[in-house]
Amino acid sequence: MDSRLLHDLKSLLGAAAVLHRPEELLLYEYDGSVEVARPQCVVFPRTTADVLGIVKLANQYQIPLVGRGAGTGLSGGALARKGGILTVFSRMNRILEIDIENQRATVQPGVINSDLSAAVAHAGLHFAPDPSSQKACTIGGNVAENSGGPHTLAYGVTTNHVLALEVILPTGELLRIGSAALDPPGYDLLGLLVGSEGTLALITEITVKLTRLPEAVKTLLAIFETLDDATETVVEITSRGITPAACEMLDGWTLRAVEAYIHAGFPLDCAAVLLLEVDGLREAVDQHAEDVAAVCRAHHAREVRVARDAQERDLLWKGRKNAFGAVGRLSPTYYVQDGVIPRTKLPATLRHISAIGEKYGFQIGNIFHAGDGNLHPLILFDARDDAQFRRVIAASDEIIQFCIDMGGSITGEHGVGMEKDRLMPLLFSELELDIMRRVRDAFNPAGLLNPDKIFPTAKSCGEIHVQPLPLAGAPVA
Amino acid sequence: MSSAGTSVSPRLADIVGAEHVISDPARLASYEVDGKRPAAAIQAGSAAEVAEIVKFASAEKLAIVPCGARTKLGIGLPPLRYDLALDLTRLDRVVAYDPGDLTLSVEAGVRLGALAQTLSAHRQFLPLAAPFLNQTTIGGLIASGVDSPLRQFYGTARDFLLGLEFVTGEGITAKSGGRVVKNVTGYDLHKLMIGALGALGIITRLNFKTFPMPLHSRGFVARFPTAAPAFDLRNRITRSALTPLTLEIFSPHVAELFKNKAAADCDPEPMPAGVLSATEWTLSTGYAGNDQVLERFAVDLQRMAEEAGATGSAVLGDNLQPAWTRKREFIPIALASSPAAVIFKISVLPARMAEILAVAQQAAEVNALPRAVMARGVGIIYFAVLPAERNEETRQRVSYVAGAIHAACANLQGHSTVPWCPSEWKTSLQIWGPPRPDAALMQKLKQVFDPLNILSPGRFA
Repeated sequence: MDSRLLHDLKSLLGAAAVLHRPEELLLYEYDGSVEVARPQCVVFPRTTADVLGIVKLANQYQIPLVGRGAGTGLSGGALARKGGILTVFSRMNRILEIDIENQRATVQPGVINSDLSAAVAHAGLHFAPDPSSQKACTIGGNVAENSGGPHTLAYGVTTNHVLALEVILPTGELLRIGSAALDPPGYDLLGLLVGSEGTLALITEITVKLTRLPEAVKTLLAIFETLDDATETVVEITSRGITPAACEMLDGWTLRAVEAYIHAGFPLDCAAVLLLEVDGLREAVDQHAEDVAAVCRAHHAREVRVARDAQERDLLWKGRKNAFGAVGRLSPTYYVQDGVIPRTKLPATLRHISAIGEKYGFQIGNIFHAGDGNLHPLILFDARDDAQFRRVIAASDEIIQFCIDMGGSITGEHGVGMEKDRLMPLLFSELELDIMRRVRDAFNPAGLLNPDKIFPTAKSCGEIHVQPLPLAGAPVA
Repeated sequence: MSSAGTSVSPRLADIVGAEHVISDPARLASYEVDGKRPAAAIQAGSAAEVAEIVKFASAEKLAIVPCGARTKLGIGLPPLRYDLALDLTRLDRVVAYDPGDLTLSVEAGVRLGALAQTLSAHRQFLPLAAPFLNQTTIGGLIASGVDSPLRQFYGTARDFLLGLEFVTGEGITAKSGGRVVKNVTGYDLHKLMIGALGALGIITRLNFKTFPMPLHSRGFVARFPTAAPAFDLRNRITRSALTPLTLEIFSPHVAELFKNKAAADCDPEPMPAGVLSATEWTLSTGYAGNDQVLERFAVDLQRMAEEAGATGSAVLGDNLQPAWTRKREFIPIALASSPAAVIFKISVLPARMAEILAVAQQAAEVNALPRAVMARGVGIIYFAVLPAERNEETRQRVSYVAGAIHAACANLQGHSTVPWCPSEWKTSLQIWGPPRPDAALMQKLKQVFDPLNILSPGRFA
């Protein structure tokens, strides 16, 4: 890379905040996905002024610029696909303000998700979005990806909890978007920025809503002998209008992998479990739990266990949230999909995924946000084997196509990034993609910020010859 | 303008049929926006027709204001140009409703009232208890960005709008989002369309998450001699474990307002006694749950009301309907009660509501202006100034109030806008509040979606 740029970055940030040797960059080639891309250098700003300086240098040297939090993302969003400067926000990790009275907090983007909840727990509050990686992932990353999590079923995803951002546009302007007060007048730029996968602006401050912790919580583990019974239970819980705080499903294979790792007390001999949580006022929770349990029993649950105390509940959640890690012990690589379907289509979709696994000869585990219809099929494979990798992608594409055919979407919470960009034409027409590209260009005119993400590149676009779908819900001709 | 109407009408008739092109001046009167009358009104029958009309307008450089029931077209600055009214009320189909998945796809012209009936057959609803409920279309409601009392619990449309289809200023039909409850595929362009007054695109279809209707609900009211303790009760409730569905604070003037003819027009049932007081401030809250939950709410609310210094309180049961209707219809009732009603929407951090309200009250008092207040628990205050006359002298007095509110709001990092006021007062009242730092970015987006500036031009700035 340009030694003058390196020099300028070191003058700006100090030598300790700039990595550029190949062995130093190795770690930053990866995120939580299977993608790989090496930046030319990695920098660690500590202040908004640092970030402004970095953006100005990127413009001066016309070099790509990519933001990154903890690198736990699952779609390659925080990888430097075209090289350039990877800006890692891990040192901008201060909680700037906690306003208990108004239930707001303002944080730097590198604050770890669960650290914020821990910091406000004394006041009976928490930051509701809870991705499984919450002990590592940053709130800046959550905002960029509009992250979900198990409890978003009742509490909403990240975008529902973000009130304001301080951002630096790729052109070098510092702006505040949104406000701690609700309903800022004008277009909802905040709604556009949250989930824009780091392609529109770099985030330097975030103001979020804090949510009151529920007075009472009950966690249930419903154990099923067949996958169909478990999925039918989810369908009925949804259609009855029971909204649990969380409704997660683990299939038997995944359960056994998790149990071997975490020892959460999951049964080893069943086809699936549902991990269900209800919360709210004491007076509501018992009945709510009983309603949920009754649906489970009506669908032949072998057993419905209720966690006796916080310790037992935490153990069940530990099992759920560390599932990807548990699977990682079994296979050199796994590929996680993130398709979403209408909840009514869960039984058919799970059967189809299982058939695809058989067809391609892969073990596919399922551990997912059943209550949201957000699937996470995990395909185990060996990435060193090119032929196998190609078959994984083919199997995965079949799953995604089925989700789309069911009226669903290609990603519920992981983002498009560089992993699913080539799938975008399955959902959006070229004209629609063009509008989104023009929106990107309005913020990011030179294309320096996080290039080649979300939108299919000319090459990948040509690989897919399909008609885009009409808006979901349109009558099928 | 009428000559333009005559010349464009035949070509518009080719798109929608002659019976759906209105050029008769008398009928066009009802499409006026801020006193401007369009050359023609076109009743589109499909999204494809909308796209055709926009393409035609774009070629002819005709400005379009899209509309539904036309209940909220007064929001925003007067359109700079207004050639065509694009009436979407014929787009009135429920395209897909999957009660089992709690998702819904509807065309923009569906009336909220009719939709509520469809959903209630499955004991579901959309938490949009919006003003003008019986007339308003879903597209108009979303485009105008008007909120509802239910936001206390359910949030606003941006929290449950899953996706939408819209037509850009170039006549491109596009979509954003989808019809699943969780989705991060592509930019959330649909959020941009909420409250954009049709300036970025004409909404033709909307996808929503629906919600199960609570089985049992109740209301609770507490009365206070001044505003401050009412806000104190609001703070106590939000600090507690209770999660009410609605929470509003009303000024004493509202009791009188809710008895007037406009109020009776929105609901013929008389207001139940004991809900509002003509001499005191009232906090009104609604909640739902099983019997034990309802009892818990009643006990806790009564205790907190006493601690806050309430002079009286009551749990309201099944006779609530008229009270709820009027609360929802506060804005139309206020608008109908004065020849020059000016309604400010003030947004501040919830704990600062009492403070900003005191400023607004003081400014109105000094200028001898009658007013009525509805404050939502989440930090939104509707401050209605209700002068008896619409003249220059009154405008000056109201202008003084606007200046005081805008300045105080800016000091508190809040927002103040004037969604409703006499057309000729809009500029002097600075209806969008002080200039905004993101104005340039908004302008760039406008360029992307509507490069020729033909969709609702000039309504923001």
